[in-house]
Amino acid sequence: MEQLAQQLVNGILIGLVYSLLAIGLTLIWGVMNVLNFAHGEFLMIGMFISYWLYSLAGIDPLLSIPLNAVALFLFGMFIYRFVISKVMKGPALAQLVVTFGISIFLANFAALIWTPNFRSIEHTLLSGTWDISGVKLSIPKFVTSIGSVLTSLGVFWFLRNTRIGKAILAVEMDREAAVIMGINTERINSLSFGIGSALVGVAGALLATNYYIYPFVGGSFSLVCFCIVALGGFGSIEGAFIAGILVGVVQTLGGYIFDPAYKLAIVFAMYLITVWIRPQGLRGL
Amino acid sequence: MTRRGVLSVLAVSAMCLMLASGPAMAQQKVIKIGALYPLTGNLAATGLDCKRGADLAVEIINGKFDLNLPLAKGEGIPNLGGAKIEIVYADTKGDPKNGLAEAERLITQEKVVALIGAYQSSVTKTGSQAAERLKVPFVCSDSSSPTLTERDFKYFFRVSPHDGTMARNQFEFLKELETKLGKKVKTVALVYENTEFGANVAKMQQQYAKEFGFDVVADIAYPANASDVTSEVGKIMAAKPDVVMHAAYITDAILFTKTFKEMNTVPQGFLTMAGYIESDYLPTVKADGNFFTVRSTFALDLAKKKPMVGQVADLYMKKYNIPMGENTARSFSAPFVLADAFNRAKSTDPEAVVKALLETNIPGDQIINAWKGIQFDPKSHQNIHASAMLVQILDQAYYTVWPFDAASRDLVWPFPAWKDRK
Repeated sequence: MEQLAQQLVNGILIGLVYSLLAIGLTLIWGVMNVLNFAHGEFLMIGMFISYWLYSLAGIDPLLSIPLNAVALFLFGMFIYRFVISKVMKGPALAQLVVTFGISIFLANFAALIWTPNFRSIEHTLLSGTWDISGVKLSIPKFVTSIGSVLTSLGVFWFLRNTRIGKAILAVEMDREAAVIMGINTERINSLSFGIGSALVGVAGALLATNYYIYPFVGGSFSLVCFCIVALGGFGSIEGAFIAGILVGVVQTLGGYIFDPAYKLAIVFAMYLITVWIRPQGLRGL
Repeated sequence: MTRRGVLSVLAVSAMCLMLASGPAMAQQKVIKIGALYPLTGNLAATGLDCKRGADLAVEIINGKFDLNLPLAKGEGIPNLGGAKIEIVYADTKGDPKNGLAEAERLITQEKVVALIGAYQSSVTKTGSQAAERLKVPFVCSDSSSPTLTERDFKYFFRVSPHDGTMARNQFEFLKELETKLGKKVKTVALVYENTEFGANVAKMQQQYAKEFGFDVVADIAYPANASDVTSEVGKIMAAKPDVVMHAAYITDAILFTKTFKEMNTVPQGFLTMAGYIESDYLPTVKADGNFFTVRSTFALDLAKKKPMVGQVADLYMKKYNIPMGENTARSFSAPFVLADAFNRAKSTDPEAVVKALLETNIPGDQIINAWKGIQFDPKSHQNIHASAMLVQILDQAYYTVWPFDAASRDLVWPFPAWKDRK
């Protein structure tokens, strides 16, 4: 029983991280219908920025969150301007392949300049575990998930209460109508790509407090992220948030109750059943 | 400079080049060996370790070194006119499909005369299938799945011990814990990644657990390279085993170590494999790696009994500026076995090389491992002398702790509770 509670807690903790990652991905999809296969590698870059700030300048990963967000925002805009916007005019397949190409390039380029070795950040501001009547709560993971929730709430607020946010939502709903209303969709595209990337930068800084860092770390997260985006409904931010938690909980509880060997199978079975009943995903339109 | 001046300089330098390289080219035949390693992807760091080991071996074979290793003292392969070895690397990305395709490419296009590699058992399996079909010898010194040498391939040879031997060694250790140190272990939990390597380790452990009289209270397979392993660790803790046996590659080893600490998993001991002895493991987990026990074929403290190990480790340190480790020590041995076979066969013809490999008899003092030597079983082509030892991580370094008579430090058992550690 104690273990079940433990697994539930762990599931929610990892699920909230998935949520944050998936929100960035689904935002980009919602606005410009581009599936960013390099999302995992953006996460890797975020983690490395935190790592280098920590090891070269002694800046704690938690304090590097704003720097990370800005760096990844600019990086996302850069990638959009010089790569994505070029292929947006081409066939849909080109858009799919180009982000895949970026992903392979980034991972291998990182391996070239930083070597493929593993790194981790020791002695962060956060360490240790709380013991709440038998259930162990890892402090770094707890703070990471709190950070994910706050960032996600920030995104909700931003989209609903600012001019740019409303413009993004408008483009997501109907691109042509948005153009007629005088919204500069090209600018919204690049801003959304930047914001989606900034979110993953925040996730990178948060994960750097308790996860290992290496050039191919993105692969562990990206497949699950795509599943979450689809489960939540492509383009739905709330959907991605809910689906992220759901996947985290189903994965850990399912793995514990049945067999860890099948935990991914259980997650994907849930996904298949959901799209069978609701092809648009949980919160999709 | 005038045009004529330029031309004459060019002509003179061209002549110099010809003079310099002409005779050298005539006598220096190059023997190409293909190497399959995961140079990119999850195991890129491991692949790099393996590559470094093989590169150092080739440097020793091709150059003049005062080391008691086969062919170290002379340059190149003496019976082939001092021919030099060259390794052509192919990146498997850790994927069996690529193992097969790259092995074929190396043999048919790069014209390599033998193959080494491929670290992961699953990749070695497909790579060696290609070698068998194309009739080219494959000498493996790093993959440990027992099934590799159960296929009775004609061209496949394995220098290092397989997991059957190593699983047996683990249980021998547990028995001796009781008989020699009076520490009683009854139950074990098996945790393993679900590819060729982990799954076969578990099969052998199940078999030996029965034979040696231990209860397997949990048998947990999990998908490798996961982003979260709390459910696996939860399952282990629910079974309350005395000993946790874990077969994992590096990513999982790091994540499990962090999760064991976080969830306060404290069995009597952890007997682990592979990932826990990768050169990146300790630098990443640091003091949290202390007290894990790992099966190994090499440890730096072997140098106490075999000074040559220390000399090789120094060369390695000088070349790469990191300490030599298990993976490097493994990939280090295959080029010597092949070079020795080429030399005795006086040829690189596959049939002659296979015949020479079958007659291989490298004595224990000419290898850097703790074995009695290298000799292949005529049927399975497994090195009959290969065995494992156990090393324990103490003060963030690996020390031999078993066999007890070869130990350089005393085993710490049981595993100290996480909260009592600094």
